[in-house]
Amino acid sequence: MSRIDDVFNKSKAKALIAYVTVGYPSLEQTERVVPLLAESGCDIVELGIPFSDPLADGATIQQASFCALQNGITIKSCIELVKRLRQEISIPIVFMTYFNPVFNYGIENFCHDSAVVGVNGIIIPDLPPDESSELEIISYARGIDLIYLLAPTSTQERIQMVTRRSRGFIYLVSITGTTGARDNLTTDLDELIARVKRMTSKPVCVGFGISTPQQARQVARLADGVIVGSQIIQLMLAEQDLTSVRSFVKKLRQALNRAQSD
Amino acid sequence: MQPDTRGYFGEYGGRFVPETLIPVLDKLEVTYRELKEDTGFWVEYESLSRDFSGRPTPLYAAEGLSRSCGDARIFLKREDLAHTGAHKINNALGQGLIAKKMGKRRIIAETGAGQHGVATAAVCAKLGLECIVYMGEEDIRRQALNVFRMQLMGTEVRSVRSGSRTLKDAINEAIRDWVTNAHNSYYLIGSVVGPSPYPLIVRDFQSVIGKETKKQIIKQTGSLPNFIVACVGGGSNAIGIFHSFLNDKGVNLIGVEAAGKGLESGMHAATLVVGSKGILHGAKSYLLQDGEGQIQQTHSISAGLDYPGVGPEHSYLKDSGRVKYVAVNDEQALEGFKLLCRTEGILPAMEPAHAIFYTSELAASLNKNDIIIINLSGRGDKDIDMVAMTMGGGK
Repeated sequence: MSRIDDVFNKSKAKALIAYVTVGYPSLEQTERVVPLLAESGCDIVELGIPFSDPLADGATIQQASFCALQNGITIKSCIELVKRLRQEISIPIVFMTYFNPVFNYGIENFCHDSAVVGVNGIIIPDLPPDESSELEIISYARGIDLIYLLAPTSTQERIQMVTRRSRGFIYLVSITGTTGARDNLTTDLDELIARVKRMTSKPVCVGFGISTPQQARQVARLADGVIVGSQIIQLMLAEQDLTSVRSFVKKLRQALNRAQSD
Repeated sequence: MQPDTRGYFGEYGGRFVPETLIPVLDKLEVTYRELKEDTGFWVEYESLSRDFSGRPTPLYAAEGLSRSCGDARIFLKREDLAHTGAHKINNALGQGLIAKKMGKRRIIAETGAGQHGVATAAVCAKLGLECIVYMGEEDIRRQALNVFRMQLMGTEVRSVRSGSRTLKDAINEAIRDWVTNAHNSYYLIGSVVGPSPYPLIVRDFQSVIGKETKKQIIKQTGSLPNFIVACVGGGSNAIGIFHSFLNDKGVNLIGVEAAGKGLESGMHAATLVVGSKGILHGAKSYLLQDGEGQIQQTHSISAGLDYPGVGPEHSYLKDSGRVKYVAVNDEQALEGFKLLCRTEGILPAMEPAHAIFYTSELAASLNKNDIIIINLSGRGDKDIDMVAMTMGGGK
């Protein structure tokens, strides 16, 4: 039973998963915001390790990644950050990045170093299960959950494969597109969530495009959790003291609590 | 060589793309497999290749160039005479027909030098398809003529301002559009790069270059060449001409990359010569990256070679030793450009100008009857302003 499994098993509450890019707008701000996210009601935090060519990301996270690289963020600095954060927070930490930096660092080294400091999961959007057998085996041996993604285009066979192999939870991409805030989510999202949930008892969390408490509440009626990223990134630039991030996350938490009773 | 069932050439290739695109690629693969056996499809492709693109292109004995370089006989495969001025039309036409068969009316493409963009624009105008071309802001500036050509043919050119604002970033943006609009859009990739099955599809359409060349050289000289030289950015013209000769062990195959301002300067695009293994734009291949696995900025005088990745089959051919990869710098390429203008009355594109320079040095060391073929992959009109500026004769 992994630390991520505990989130879903110990409580019936809908999970709130927050994404921030490490090093945006600065490493200090990332280090400040993560404990604040945990306090304000996040259940899992995703730390984005920046990559020069983030092709699954929209403008907001592209810019955040670019800025983070300018700030000199590396895999090493992300691992050291987790080591420091583990003194303060106990919620699961998941690394999200692209495959090339991981491949370059070495899959074995990456899993080893991540596990040692207390990383609980890995998400790599450009590494579908078809290409990830090595990472899957090594991360498993290190006790790290490798979380796979599903999308609105996924066929029954893909849903079957991903739900079988994904650990921790299933990351369901709400729209065909890149990350980033959107006014409207796909109209047939309910049907998509239901289709995936019929195939698995593992938790299904929905991300991409969720930027308001209303959207979070709507999605969480059927899903086990929601993932919010770009909106938090945008708010992080607003103020030094992160007041608006705190109040936004609290509102998301309340919306999810209401969704549970919807 | 055929890729394996997972789209790998040896250890290179594969499909490193978001889950959203996997079913899209599966569908493309099945469609292409069916079309490959469909005689009607190839009859249409070949008839349009002949009447629209102007194939076969000539294999031309470049006597003036040969004389100026030594004793060897140099031939030029005249892809510069193909419609829209480069080999890119072979692939754009083939994939345009695939898109039409798949019922996709909206075409997305990326372009560096603009040659693939222009070829795609022409094919879309011809086939009645909507066309959107992503192009780095820096390349739009370098290749203004091609931007206007695309627009004249009804294509929307979208300026890409992220990253290095060149081909790499245009591909990122094209992939983002594709992820978003895959239901009605076809991504018409311009080189032998990207996730499987693209490297195979593009190679198949470009391999017409080598097939024609082989017949032509045998007809004209009675023998196979000793050397074939082609420039390599993503690598489509090189794969196109090499492919028919891979099993002819006596034919030395040479891929010429861009050494930019010199390999030591770090400002180059010599992916196979000095790069390392990694994953970019959906495939495992050699690439130019820093110690952290971040993709490096590249530099070349020619926009078409200014790319930090390379086709997975080239990576395989490098490791196997079948093809030798070398690099030629900006200044040398400019020498090659001027040499061909002067000796043959042909203005080459800056991309094959790299191959011309390499050949001029190679020829000096060869014997009388040795034969070298250069793939003259495109014509140089698009580069005139830039060359004028570099030579100090322009604005």
